[in-house]
Amino acid sequence: MANKGLDDHGQGIGRREVLECMVWAGTGVLWAMSGGVPHSVGLIGEAAAAESTGFTFLQMSDSHVGFDKKANPDALGTLREAVAKVKAMPMKPSFIIHTGDITHLSKPEEFDNADKVFGETGVQMHWVPGEHDLIDEGQGKAYMERYGKGAKGAGWYSFDDHGVHFVGLVNVVDLKAGGLGNLGAEQLAWLEADLKGKSNSTPIVVFAHIPLQVLYKEWGWGTEDGTQALTLLKRFGSVTILNGHIHQLAQKVEGNMTFHTALSTAFPQPAPGSAPSPGPMVVPSDQLRSMLGLSTVTVLQGNKPLAFVDKTLAG
Amino acid sequence: MKYLNSHLRSAAARFVPGRALAIAMLLGPAVGAMVAFGTVAAEETKDANVVTIDNFSFGPGELNVAVGTTVKFINHDDIPHSVVENNKAFRSKALDTDDAYSYTFASAGTFSYFCGLHPKMVGKIIVK
Repeated sequence: MANKGLDDHGQGIGRREVLECMVWAGTGVLWAMSGGVPHSVGLIGEAAAAESTGFTFLQMSDSHVGFDKKANPDALGTLREAVAKVKAMPMKPSFIIHTGDITHLSKPEEFDNADKVFGETGVQMHWVPGEHDLIDEGQGKAYMERYGKGAKGAGWYSFDDHGVHFVGLVNVVDLKAGGLGNLGAEQLAWLEADLKGKSNSTPIVVFAHIPLQVLYKEWGWGTEDGTQALTLLKRFGSVTILNGHIHQLAQKVEGNMTFHTALSTAFPQPAPGSAPSPGPMVVPSDQLRSMLGLSTVTVLQGNKPLAFVDKTLAG
Repeated sequence: MKYLNSHLRSAAARFVPGRALAIAMLLGPAVGAMVAFGTVAAEETKDANVVTIDNFSFGPGELNVAVGTTVKFINHDDIPHSVVENNKAFRSKALDTDDAYSYTFASAGTFSYFCGLHPKMVGKIIVK
């Protein structure tokens, strides 16, 4: 903490490395979309210039409360730091979407600790489970009892806020041998029915733990039947897809769809294929906080797309 | 205990092997003695009947064992994994770092399994 590793972090990096950072690393980049094509507007400092409707929400992810291994001996501590950043925000977000892996082992005390710390934000939470949240004896019973009230199936649901339709999907249940994340026929049928009455101009935000699109098949970073969900979303003019699971930033655009994965608040994971496995990445302790963080998503004035600011705990 | 063992052996001698094994399974604690009695080779390679989980993969990915062998799965990763048989023949709880799960294969066959958290991780136990 006392060491300011951040100063070294930004030095001597060429344009190519910076571009790579914008895709994969924990630097804060504001993305905006014009006519379905996103472009990076600038780094965090310039983001304040975005004209807001007053409707801002946060994406937090992969808190892994209970994790205490080498990559971060105190995941609850870094979650507290992230929550302190939320509390210090000059404008309170409307709510927080948590894209799963709240806990590391689905233990009651891990859920208790997570609830306590997130409760300090004073902001409403919307949850979807990660695979780490469903490994209690009851295989998800603990999660559903806490967060599943009013949800369908294994915990999927939708809600509307400020004219935006939000859909929380669960792709970590009933996983098949050799496969990727899984939504299943029942959830896809529900999604189709849920979207039916919505006009094409309704902005849609979908959130789920594992990336819906296939990001890196070899590590299981994708959803087996994700394309079926994306097909149902194709007709909408503005679709934003928020995921976690991979503990690093990734941005991708396909047509009117923007894909965004958030940083973890617990530990970083390696870039696809850059390590023997996707396991927790051990980095020098003075660099850890530059690879953890949270994302602010702002709905802009008029017909503009959603804007992201990914902020690390080091900033 | 000595009486029970000798009784079992005489019982095993009278029955066909399959039925003897079934009885041994019902009697639980006596299974080890029975298997050792019948298959010395399996006893000698007992330590080899371990599948370790390292770097999100099961090793060895394919393991050949004799009927009655207990296979131990140990997780050495910093991330929990589980062991789930494709047809639900067995399913471990989530194994945290250095946790282990053991399963005794009482019948012949090929048992394909995967990690319930990371289904890309797959392995196979061939029981003969």
